[in-house]
Amino acid sequence: MLELVVFSTLNGLQYGVLLFLLASGLTLIFSMMGVLNFAHASFYMLGAYLGYQVTRTVGYWPGLIVAPLAVGLLGAAVERFCLRLVHRHGHVAELLFTFGLAFVIEEVVVVLWGRVPLDYRVPAILDFPAFVLWDTTYPAYKLFMLVISVAIFIGLLLLLTRTRVGLIIQASLTHPHMVAMLGHNVPRIFMMVFGAGAALAGLAGAIAGPALVTQPSMAALLGPILFVVVVFGGLGSLSGAFIASLIIGLVQTFAIAIDVSLNDIVRPLGLSLPAPAVLGDLWNATVAQLGPVIPYLLLVLMLVFRPTGLMGTRET
Amino acid sequence: MSQSIAGASPRGTRTLAPLLATAGIWIGAAVVMVLLPQLFSSGASLTKLCLMGIMIIFALAYNMLLGQTGMLSFGHAVYYGLGGFFAAHAMMIISGDRLPVPLAAVPLVGAVTGLVFGIIFGAASTRRSGTAFAMISLGIVELVAALALVMTGFFGGEQGVSFNRTRALALFGWKFGPQIQVYYLIAAWCLVSMAAMYFITRTPFGRMCLAVRENPERAAFVGYSTQGIRFIAFCLSGLFAGIAGALAAINFEIASNSMLSAQQSGVVLLMTYIGGVGHFAGPIVGAILITLLQSSLSDITGAWQLYFGIMFILVVMFVPGGLAGLITMHGPLARAGLLSRLAGPYLRALVPGLMLVAGCALIIELTYKLTVERAKSSILNLGPLPLDAATATPWIAALVLLVLGVWTLRLMGPGIAEAVSAVRAEAAARAGS
Repeated sequence: MLELVVFSTLNGLQYGVLLFLLASGLTLIFSMMGVLNFAHASFYMLGAYLGYQVTRTVGYWPGLIVAPLAVGLLGAAVERFCLRLVHRHGHVAELLFTFGLAFVIEEVVVVLWGRVPLDYRVPAILDFPAFVLWDTTYPAYKLFMLVISVAIFIGLLLLLTRTRVGLIIQASLTHPHMVAMLGHNVPRIFMMVFGAGAALAGLAGAIAGPALVTQPSMAALLGPILFVVVVFGGLGSLSGAFIASLIIGLVQTFAIAIDVSLNDIVRPLGLSLPAPAVLGDLWNATVAQLGPVIPYLLLVLMLVFRPTGLMGTRET
Repeated sequence: MSQSIAGASPRGTRTLAPLLATAGIWIGAAVVMVLLPQLFSSGASLTKLCLMGIMIIFALAYNMLLGQTGMLSFGHAVYYGLGGFFAAHAMMIISGDRLPVPLAAVPLVGAVTGLVFGIIFGAASTRRSGTAFAMISLGIVELVAALALVMTGFFGGEQGVSFNRTRALALFGWKFGPQIQVYYLIAAWCLVSMAAMYFITRTPFGRMCLAVRENPERAAFVGYSTQGIRFIAFCLSGLFAGIAGALAAINFEIASNSMLSAQQSGVVLLMTYIGGVGHFAGPIVGAILITLLQSSLSDITGAWQLYFGIMFILVVMFVPGGLAGLITMHGPLARAGLLSRLAGPYLRALVPGLMLVAGCALIIELTYKLTVERAKSSILNLGPLPLDAATATPWIAALVLLVLGVWTLRLMGPGIAEAVSAVRAEAAARAGS
């Protein structure tokens, strides 16, 4: 039991900080431009694919640098040449544009790399068990993912709160006109934040690619979870996104490990409820089977009952 | 989205002539629907026609939200899919117990399903609007899709729920075995649904939907509950989506999980938006065009979804009114008799535009040959012209086309835009005088 708790906690934390790498960019972009970027998970996917491509030709470590940079540049270009143009038509058009972009990126990936999952491997130097606890090994690469994500998180926090650039970004979140009056090029700041957010997503993809599966559906699988995270934490709130990332990460990994159904929980209490036939499956499904449902249930409940999210200050 | 819905005429003009014209359009639509299978009688085109009818209902239902009430939903396939599943189960009960219910009434089950789930989910989601509503709709579709995978008893797991549509009560000897009979069933429901949805836009409720879309604050000040209007629009939209889903289930004799997925929701969004959300006929145009493209492009190229996505992005960026908006833009010009003056500028734009499209398409196709279909062959058969993607020549040709297209369009673009806006200004001046 303890073994399960320890490993699920470790895996949950690791998945959570990975989610935060993506959610931080998404939520920063939302606070600035008021647009939820549907294509954010697609940038993550592009990071994984580009990382794979560079790994194939040069090596893993250059890929870890080149892929985020390339994705960041692409993100900046998307903001500069497309999103800014669409902005005139309003927020719905922006949301639709990023939706279309996600669709196109997925298809481009299919055209370039095919539909089959790629053989993106963990580099040999990190391909060993980090430690053994109760006869279960924990791979070093997962530990590496955890360390990198935490390092980026701390770096981001310091950048935003302790540097001049961070202050300007924070100021443009709340008072863009004042910042522009002071002589800063606010549209350029927006572009750079968008690019930086995309680069973070690309980095997340490049480090997650070898551990998870690199395939064209990876964006569509992660994207909705990402929205759950930023909405659950409160749109525009970085600390909220951090807490929500960890919660969702832990909830998802713990759910997989729990092999108990609702029926099992109720039975010892003597309440063996004969569920109606249609809902019988739901009644007898284990928590592990219901795992994929939980984040969306949290999202819908949160939006209905507390639209600002955990730490958000404004309604979505 | 500032254009009004079709036929929004001021009150004073309600004479007999426009009424006759409206009736004429509907009678014409009915005649066309009856005659279409005579013109396109092959099995493949009949399948396409059936799909079109279903998608027209679904897209129009979707546009009740997006176009008319201004609610962007990423999860409308929930009502479409659930309508399909409940219709499938109703058919199983009907055929199992030999109940005296004709197949033509089964879409009513879908309608009730869509309405009931619209009421349930609408009560939760229409309290919010804008981005929050869009997010809730996305959450709901993912929730339902995930639940459908768990509840295999009702949703049939991966295989879905299949049934036999010929085992309902046969009226007038119609057993709905042949596809042509199913087509007429779909066409009839399509016509009724279209007329009903059009009628809704003409009621005071339909007008209030527009008000809630354009200026919710003012609508609230006039004394209407914006949340109430959104809720009713949502429920009605669910109802018609349910009808479409039931018809889809009848058409394929199966209801499957893909019907209530986020992907299916995305497809109807793309369809509706490409067709044009600002006009009643927009979703009809979109549904017909996209269904045609889906079936014909997917025969030609494996990368057809990419073209589909690029088209959507271009519409969002440059033609927010969609195809219907583009067509209605020419209405004032036609009335002023200036349409012929546009032929020149349009022709001048057509040539570089075609070069641009051809260049892009060639690059995509050549890449596709080298990557996905590498195992088969690198030869791209362009009619009688075989192009080998492994050699440099077709790539150079594609690049030349692309660069030439971009270059000439940049060179001539301002002039063309000027000519078009001059004609439009003149039409506006004539209409004013």
